[in-house]
Amino acid sequence: MRHRRKERPIKRIFGQFIERAIERKDYRGEHLEIGFSPTSIPIQQRWRTNGLSADFLADYLITFFPGDDRAAAERQAELKSAVSYVANELLENAMKFSYTSSQHAISIAMYLEAEAVSLYVTNSIDPHAVAAFQLTIERLLTEDTDTLYMEQLMHNAESDSEEGSSMGYLTMLHDHGATLAWKFAPSLQDPDVVTVTTMARLSV
Amino acid sequence: MDIIHDDYQVHYDAATATVLCQGSFRLRGTEEYAPILQVLTAAVETHPATLTLDLRTLQFLNSSGINTLAKFVLHARQYTATQVVMKGSHQFPWQEKSLKNFQRLLPRLQLEIE
Repeated sequence: MRHRRKERPIKRIFGQFIERAIERKDYRGEHLEIGFSPTSIPIQQRWRTNGLSADFLADYLITFFPGDDRAAAERQAELKSAVSYVANELLENAMKFSYTSSQHAISIAMYLEAEAVSLYVTNSIDPHAVAAFQLTIERLLTEDTDTLYMEQLMHNAESDSEEGSSMGYLTMLHDHGATLAWKFAPSLQDPDVVTVTTMARLSV
Repeated sequence: MDIIHDDYQVHYDAATATVLCQGSFRLRGTEEYAPILQVLTAAVETHPATLTLDLRTLQFLNSSGINTLAKFVLHARQYTATQVVMKGSHQFPWQEKSLKNFQRLLPRLQLEIE
C-alpha cells in the first residue's frame, strides 16, 4: 500500500493583516502577552479568565492615556470599554473554536502604537472548520457592515442556536470601529496543526 | 424571579415593572443566558403598560448577551400595548453604541441614556 502524504496547512491572509509590532526592529512600545494552556483547567472555569484578562488589558492600556479633565476621562472610558469588549470576544471565540485535540495553547497580545492599539489572538482550529470560517470572514470583509449586523441580529433573535453567529466580530466592526484581519498558518510547534491569528485594531 | 451571581444580578420589580440588570454579563451561549431571558420574557408577558429594562449599572455585555437582548426585544414586539423603555448610562460607553441597535428591531422602544 502506498503511503499518502498528509497535506500541510498553508498560510493565508484575510484583510489588512499587520504583523505584530514587535517584529519591527524599531518598535519600542508597550506590549503584553498572555498565554493559556488548553489543558490545565476545564473550559468552564477557564471561561472566567476571558473577562479577567480582557479587563486587565483594558485597565493596563488606559494608564498610557493620562489626564484629569473631562475629555481625558471620556477618552479613557471609551478606550477601556472598546478594548475590554474586543479582547473578551476574541478570547471567547478562541476558547470556543480552538481545536482541543491539537493541545495548542491560546495567546492574546496587545501592542500600543502611536495611532492604534492592536490585539492579536492566536488559537488552533479544526482543519474541517477552516473553510466555513474563511467564508464567514469573506462576508465580514466584503459586505456592508451595517446591513450584515442587522441581518445577523435579527437572525440570532429568531434562532435557538448562535453557532457561527459572528455577532462578536460584527459588534467590533459596527459599534467599536475596529479593523479586523486574519492569518491562517501552520503552527510553529507542529506544522500539521492549523492556527488562526485574529488581529483587531482600534484607533487611539 | 431574581438571579444572584457573583458577577451579575437580575432583579424584577413587579410593582414598577422594571427589570434591573447589574454587573457583567459574560455568560457562555444561549443555554447559560436562558434564565435571564426567561425573567425578561416573563416580565413582558404580564402586559404592563410600560416595561423598563434598567441597564445603567450593567458594565459589560458580551455578544451572546447582545443576542439574548435581541431575542427579548423581538419577543416584546408582539405585546403592542406595552411600551418598552431601555435605560442606559454614559458611564459605560458600550451602552451608547450598542443599545441603539435594539431600537431598530423595535422602533417604538424608548432608549434613555443618562
